[in-house]
Amino acid sequence: MKEDCAQITDNPGIILCMQDIFKSFPGGVRANRGVNLEVLQGEIHCLLGENGAGKTVLMSILYGLYTPDSGSIYFKNKKLEIHNPKDAINNRIGMVHQHFMLVETLSVAENIILGKLPPWKTLNNLTAVHQKINQMSTDFGLNVDPTALVQDLSVGEQQRVEILKVLYHGADLLILDEPTAVLTPQESENLLDFLRQLADLGLTIVFITHKLEEVMQISDRVTILRDGKTIATVNTLDTNPKELARMMVGRDVLMDLKKKEGQSGEVIFTVEHLLVNDERGLPAVRDVSFQVREQEVVGIAGVSGNGQSELALALAGLLDCKYESMTLNQKSINKHDLSNLNQLGMAHIPEDRQKMGLILPFSVSENFIVETYKNEPFSKTGFLQFKKIKNYALSQVKKYNIRVGDVDEDIAHLSGGNQQKVVVARELDRRPKFLLVNQPTRGIDIGATEFVRQQILAERDSGCAILLISTDLEEIFALSDRILVIFEGKIMGEVIPEDIKIEEIGLMMAGTKIEAA
Amino acid sequence: MDLLPSILFLQSILAATWRMATPIIYAAVGEVFSERAGILNIGIEGVMLIGAFTGYATAFASGNLVLGLLAAILSGIISGLIFAFFTITIKANQIVVGAAFNMIGMGLTGFLYRAFFAEGQGTLSLKTFQTIEIPFLSSIPFFGEVLFKHNIMVYATILLIPLAAFVLYHTAFGLSIQAVGEHPKAADTVGINVFLMRYLSVIIGSSLAAVGGAFLVLAYADQFVEGIVSGRGFIALAVVVFGGWSPWGAFWTSLLFGVFYALQLRIQTMPGVLIPYQFLQALPYLATLLVLIGLTKRRIRAPKTLGVPYK
Repeated sequence: MKEDCAQITDNPGIILCMQDIFKSFPGGVRANRGVNLEVLQGEIHCLLGENGAGKTVLMSILYGLYTPDSGSIYFKNKKLEIHNPKDAINNRIGMVHQHFMLVETLSVAENIILGKLPPWKTLNNLTAVHQKINQMSTDFGLNVDPTALVQDLSVGEQQRVEILKVLYHGADLLILDEPTAVLTPQESENLLDFLRQLADLGLTIVFITHKLEEVMQISDRVTILRDGKTIATVNTLDTNPKELARMMVGRDVLMDLKKKEGQSGEVIFTVEHLLVNDERGLPAVRDVSFQVREQEVVGIAGVSGNGQSELALALAGLLDCKYESMTLNQKSINKHDLSNLNQLGMAHIPEDRQKMGLILPFSVSENFIVETYKNEPFSKTGFLQFKKIKNYALSQVKKYNIRVGDVDEDIAHLSGGNQQKVVVARELDRRPKFLLVNQPTRGIDIGATEFVRQQILAERDSGCAILLISTDLEEIFALSDRILVIFEGKIMGEVIPEDIKIEEIGLMMAGTKIEAA
Repeated sequence: MDLLPSILFLQSILAATWRMATPIIYAAVGEVFSERAGILNIGIEGVMLIGAFTGYATAFASGNLVLGLLAAILSGIISGLIFAFFTITIKANQIVVGAAFNMIGMGLTGFLYRAFFAEGQGTLSLKTFQTIEIPFLSSIPFFGEVLFKHNIMVYATILLIPLAAFVLYHTAFGLSIQAVGEHPKAADTVGINVFLMRYLSVIIGSSLAAVGGAFLVLAYADQFVEGIVSGRGFIALAVVVFGGWSPWGAFWTSLLFGVFYALQLRIQTMPGVLIPYQFLQALPYLATLLVLIGLTKRRIRAPKTLGVPYK
């Protein structure tokens, strides 16, 4: 596998060759430990690996955001010295980051020309820029308005602006970092088509992902990274998802969850005619009613931004709402109860673990007890019992197989998957009667996803009523007993996963009302 | 018949308003640049003092007001460089460095003033920038008095504001400043030098603050007094927020403050007013605050990374 980049530079087919890349960060994280990557001209090359495998770091090195400790980069048969993004841009390398690099308060056109003009240039004549953006937008079917402010655009639109930003200035190599993580199935489909179109025009694309289906669907070749090392580079046609998963995780992965036949029992949670306004005061959840039974997972499917966040926040007592009636365990819930539903048997796994689920500057053990610190045995006569807290944290870490060096270290240092496991462990350990779960596996690796989903199902089997909100249709199908489809804050219909095709749900998610057969 | 005294009263207040607001306008517009780039410089009170003293000492020694102004600008640039070095390069806490600047500004200028000027030999006053009456316009009743009888540094603000707005919103430079304050990493990824932009913005900010300070000795009072800035730098900080981080917003808010400042000065000198002067002095601050709380309904957001060092 290992070839010397310097030897093969006369091969015109190879556009990029990265060799023996090492990069470690202060604090001892060794993100890249001898990575090799070879990309052919005009291909779509997937960089596959779990979170923390070093994919993003490798591409950030190529884009000049990090300087490697050692290693060499050859691009278009030339040894490349890249010290900052400007060097990358000048070499016609463009990157679309996972977290968008757009200034929200500026317009699309302003974002696109940002940093490209000499400082004294005035912006009074943006018409030419607008025209070119409109032209490209039409050519590629991107539908981007150059005068719109970025903050008014949807996530999908913002991503199109990011891609346009690279294409506008011309690039030979386009790097995309987990571009579908924020998109709906339809949007992802469109994006993949679009990338294929670009590759056919001769653009070389490096596509970072941890989703196997995407690799199979889009790539010509794939390089698998694990623990900061290159495991292999293979032709996509010569491999299969199972093999890829094994190389990525380093062991066999259980792809299908075993779901026991549901035996839903008594009604645990009901809400009638729920109305919620979003932060701007606009209606986000419009007259939603449903119930969740014992030993049942009710899935809320929908494209992101159709009221799911507001629904979850309202039920968690974090956003003001109106409703006709709400019950938990046959007890009627008034506005006052709503803010402490967790004392009445509800647990909540929020959609954003970093902002809502955890307190990042706190240690792992402190995060385990943020809800229960006042109770015995963690607290006695107003004093925290550190030893008991630590022992409890140690037992949880062991029970849920959370990979952590020391329970006293900051939780911010854990990987996304392990952070999510802490949230799940904390919430489930309270033995809830009703569990509200929002996007439980967003942005975490396969191993952790598998684990979290198993935990949710196990909780169901032990009798918990679960409301699962997810934009990941596959997840909804894998876990739910019943599915409610939400569109613009309204429930479009209720379906049973066994009786419906993904396409039909897709239609409902786009606003078509279908009565359950 | 009874109307005339009221009109004259209003005229005298409005005539003083713009002049009163001028030092705040300079400092606030400068601070808009600094904060738009993400750097909160609460040290502008100190920088204004440094500018005032430098301007005064230079003008006094050379007898040249313009030289005094240039020296003040230079002192602002140097102050800005020092502030930027600590907050951008060393990434020290901006509030702490700002507070240090305020104390150093106060102590240093007080010390130097006493060391060189307070011995009381001959006159210490300057011949300040004189009022320029605009021909014809200044003879318009009421408006002539209010708008067209000022000195050059007051008039200059009406050029400064559109210029500042133009630079900030209509040049690539201004776009970069906005970008480094909103999303420095995004700016970095498109090849903008975040540190350089922030340095420049801080320097623009402190130079203008120094000009605001110099105004006090070159075009308002005619000599330096310890603590002459007396909180105008802090007012400017509030003005930036209330003005929504825009040059025009800062301008109008400064004028609003100027109205109340002029008003309380007038009331103080009116015979038969029994309100203790401390209350009157608090009036402009209080009134500006109240008016703006009433006015500020739209949600204006601070630059996203204000006060946060990059990397």
